Amino acid sequence: MNENPSNNGALVRVEGVDKIFHRGAEDIHVLTGLNLQVPAGEFLALMGPSGSGKSTLLNLIGGLDHPTNGTVTVGGEKLNQSTDRALAAWRARHIGFIFQLYNLMPVLTAERNVELPLLLTHLSRAERKTHVDAALAVVGLSHRARHYPRTLSGGEQQRVGIARAIVTDPTLLLCDEPTGDLDRKSGDEILDLLQALNREHGKTIVMVTHDPHASARASRTVYLNKGQLSNEPVK
Amino acid sequence: MKYLHLIWCNLKRKKTRTSLTLLSIVVAFMLFGLLSAIQQALVGGVALAGADRLIVREKVSIINLLPQSYEANIDRIPGVDFSTHQTWFGGIYQDPKNFFMQNPVEPEKFMKIHPEFILPPDQMQAWLATRTGAIVGRRTAERFGWKIGDKVPIRSTIWTTADGNFTWTFDIVGIFDGKDKGTDTTPLFFRYDYFEESREQSSQSWGRGKVGWYTIRIKDPSQAAEVAKRVDAEFENSPTETKTEPEGAFIQGWASQIGNIVFIVAAILGAVFFTILLVTGNTMAQAVRERTGELGVLKAIGFTNTGVMALVLVESCLLSIIGGTLGLGLARLITPVMAEKLAGLLPLFYFPVRDLFIGLGLCLVLGLITGIFPALQAMRLRVADALRRM
Repeated sequence: MNENPSNNGALVRVEGVDKIFHRGAEDIHVLTGLNLQVPAGEFLALMGPSGSGKSTLLNLIGGLDHPTNGTVTVGGEKLNQSTDRALAAWRARHIGFIFQLYNLMPVLTAERNVELPLLLTHLSRAERKTHVDAALAVVGLSHRARHYPRTLSGGEQQRVGIARAIVTDPTLLLCDEPTGDLDRKSGDEILDLLQALNREHGKTIVMVTHDPHASARASRTVYLNKGQLSNEPVK
Repeated sequence: MKYLHLIWCNLKRKKTRTSLTLLSIVVAFMLFGLLSAIQQALVGGVALAGADRLIVREKVSIINLLPQSYEANIDRIPGVDFSTHQTWFGGIYQDPKNFFMQNPVEPEKFMKIHPEFILPPDQMQAWLATRTGAIVGRRTAERFGWKIGDKVPIRSTIWTTADGNFTWTFDIVGIFDGKDKGTDTTPLFFRYDYFEESREQSSQSWGRGKVGWYTIRIKDPSQAAEVAKRVDAEFENSPTETKTEPEGAFIQGWASQIGNIVFIVAAILGAVFFTILLVTGNTMAQAVRERTGELGVLKAIGFTNTGVMALVLVESCLLSIIGGTLGLGLARLITPVMAEKLAGLLPLFYFPVRDLFIGLGLCLVLGLITGIFPALQAMRLRVADALRRM
């Protein structure tokens, strides 16, 4: 089941998207004629087996990759028509990425990691500091600001990752298995945080996950299998 | 500037590797500085040689003397303004290691033909009034603590005094300075008439009435080759034939006795910089390979391809500029100390400012060359591929 593409009020609109990877002479069809709308303020969970194309879809929505066919529109911006340079600038303003393995810079402290997206803005050093402090306060890590990633627990590192994602106040948060590398307790804390960002700060979230426990926190769950979306879990 | 912290932290990521690479760059640029000083010492005089001066020496070897009577003949040759002569004295002050040049000269003509030596007029008058008077360059005067009025004993390895003694005593009547930094202020010059009178009275008959070489000032520098030919033609088929050449070529000839200095220096530096290129290039390539995932994250959060390329390139340039500046700085500190030790042998041993700037330029070039390929690799990196490698 693919969603009706006629919903014009959606923040994210994926319309008739195909994604084909070429490996030697072989064409691998990862997504096939896929349609999806994500209304502003929704917390969507995207589930599916490994290799079903979840991360590929997330990359397309985040402007990290281009679809082979079809269009991806986010906040009225048609990503297919943008250059790499324009997409980079667009991501810096509108998208926050949260990764499974946190993807922090090991050579930077927590606050310097959070500051990274702000380096691309015209904010002064003092202004950047204010934003960083606010983001770290939201994730409850103000007291760990000067710590390096190696001295933080997995849950704390993921919180730093979330602070980095929200520091520029983006419209859309894209989470690729954000609890996939955490124990249940830390994972729950991260999911609590994502839920709070969605409910209290109005962030639209698209979260890829394998974990039904995580998807239960989302306001809606869709399932991806063999390049197609469905509202029912894959049997 | 706001990216400097990120670049600096990346440089510190592998401290041992970065330190060793930095050390190799420091050594390379220190070597560049020292070799520049050696080159300056050996061929630097060529650039400073007077374009209007020719040197006349004995055709076979400079160690063979020329008759003093040639002076009048030379002065009559068309195109010659005037000439004067010097003779190698080969003296030792206290210890053979205290080597510096001492030559008998005709004071007025000598100072006129060598305007690069600056001597106060009253000291010039004192020199003309004192038969045993000598003037010495500032560097040697300071080296041995000589002052005007001092009597300085110098033992010649060639010439004896009137009473057959090899030790000559000179009265220091003047201390000259150089017109610019490249001017050699180590020699001592004393009066030829005192030298010749002593030789005439000495039991040593050898060398009387003969001089080492002539320096000619010509009227028109563009006519140097023609005048040189005329001088050599004047003494052709005489018992003492001459070889006349511009002063620059004469100095170059001295340096060439050691070898082609410029080529030797270029060859050594070429080998050193090629090695450094590989060492630094390898460090940067490894650094970028290890950071593929992180570069992907930077792109994901909004850094452009060219922005990421610039980060890698600046990191590479920073590494080479820090190492190069340290190396060049060390060379600047070391060369004056070495120059003191080598004052007699290599009086023009110093690290020229011009070469310092060339060195700084080389730092930048090294940084760009070693950084460009890893930087291009980082620029072309596809975000989705890079993120999979975290």
